[in-house]
Amino acid sequence: MKIMHCPLNGPRNISEFIYGGELKAMPDPAACNDREWADYVFYHDNQPGVVTEWWLHAPSSYWFLAERNTLTDEILHTFEPQDIFQQRVEFATGEPRS
Amino acid sequence: MPFALLKYGLSSHYPDEVDLPPPAELKSAYDVVIIGAGGHGLAIAYYLARYHGITRVAVLEKAYLGGGNTARNTAVIRSNYLTPEGVRFYGESVRLFKNLSNEFDFNIMYSERGQLTLAHTDATVRAFRQRAEVNKHFGGRTEMIDCQQIRELVPTLNLDPGHLPVLAGLWHADGATARHDAVAWGYARQAAKRGVEIHQLTEVQELIVEGGRLTAVKTNRGTVRCGCAVQAVAGHSSVLAGKAGFRLPVVSYPLQAMVTQPVKPFLDPLVSSSGLHCYVQQTSRGEVVFGGGSDPYPLYSSRSTLELKESLIAHAIEMFPFLAKAKLMRQWAGITDMTPDYSPIMGESPIENYYLDAGWGTWGFKATPICGKTMAELVATGRVPELIAPFHLERFANFQQVNEMGATAASH
Repeated sequence: MKIMHCPLNGPRNISEFIYGGELKAMPDPAACNDREWADYVFYHDNQPGVVTEWWLHAPSSYWFLAERNTLTDEILHTFEPQDIFQQRVEFATGEPRS
Repeated sequence: MPFALLKYGLSSHYPDEVDLPPPAELKSAYDVVIIGAGGHGLAIAYYLARYHGITRVAVLEKAYLGGGNTARNTAVIRSNYLTPEGVRFYGESVRLFKNLSNEFDFNIMYSERGQLTLAHTDATVRAFRQRAEVNKHFGGRTEMIDCQQIRELVPTLNLDPGHLPVLAGLWHADGATARHDAVAWGYARQAAKRGVEIHQLTEVQELIVEGGRLTAVKTNRGTVRCGCAVQAVAGHSSVLAGKAGFRLPVVSYPLQAMVTQPVKPFLDPLVSSSGLHCYVQQTSRGEVVFGGGSDPYPLYSSRSTLELKESLIAHAIEMFPFLAKAKLMRQWAGITDMTPDYSPIMGESPIENYYLDAGWGTWGFKATPICGKTMAELVATGRVPELIAPFHLERFANFQQVNEMGATAASH
């Protein structure tokens, strides 16, 4: 059974976790154009090797980050989002652009 | 003819039939370089040589011919998709498949068995109605059937698997299977006969782009200049695109499948369940092939996991309980390049003379002939054929996706 270390809950079975995509910088939804937004939503590096990605521990709804090798499936390191994000990310966009 | 046969029979020397010429040195330049000698890459090479007279073509393969997803898919051919774009495209592919054995003079063992998809929820029944109507509109043979008809088609199927009783079925009479290796070999042989060079164990290490144009391809056997190039590398699409300097809307996931020991024929149609995420077919050798959805997270390793195998077998046994006694013979995985809308990416790329045949996720084998034919037309003429225009890479930036998720995910 494959085990992942959740920063909040400790070692748990991998089946309790849901993959959440590569870590990438989000453009400002209010200011960016459609292409930049499509690039953020749809496009991925998707390269073999060590990547940083979002994971969710589903039973506790806890999002965190993991460094994983996508060639060997080794989970190298898991950590809390606070280690990267110093302040809260605001998703409010105001009025939608027409 | 009988006389020639007699002469041949009495001859002391039988000429060897050469399928593929022995490996030669790489030339310094080609008109077209195709990266990836799977079904798709070889099909493009064949149609270029056959219909467009372009034979200064090299197909470069880092491993061996047809050894990637061409050999790992579960060989399902069907066109019962949801969108008009998808139904037209895959419908044309089914039509080409029917004549491939003749075209190759080589038996690909095309077998039109029909494909049955099971609905376990009202929502799926509604989606099936829509698919049946879209299919009929474009000349496909697809219809809704009830449980009695399902029972007649597949008497061994359990219609009441635990928590998910079967409500209805989508019967696709055009559904078929073929020997996937033979498709690659057939294309390779016919392409090689017309002068196309197929170079195995030739890995593309670098794509040399100058001023927005691809000028050469650097391999482990030297650098070759090229007029243009096509990438057809399935799970490794993002890797090659990365070498060319752009990203793709693709994530690479493993897809696992397996096959049992041969048993007596009991299953004619290809059966797939949308609710149980499992599809089952019996090969002409009697082996039962199971496949399911992709793995839950991305990976570039074709290892297998016990969790996925267990759940896939559990679902297969719910559909055919007596298979619990069958022994598994082989199991494997392939790396699939999944797109957000479950449709492929074909056509131009951000590099002027570099073409994409990518995003084939779990639906690549069934499109082999038509993808090869249309991509060859694009490479030869520089114009995007109408049939593949909706599958352009730019559809993601323009928010014009071709959503085939319901007709593709885990139902192949």
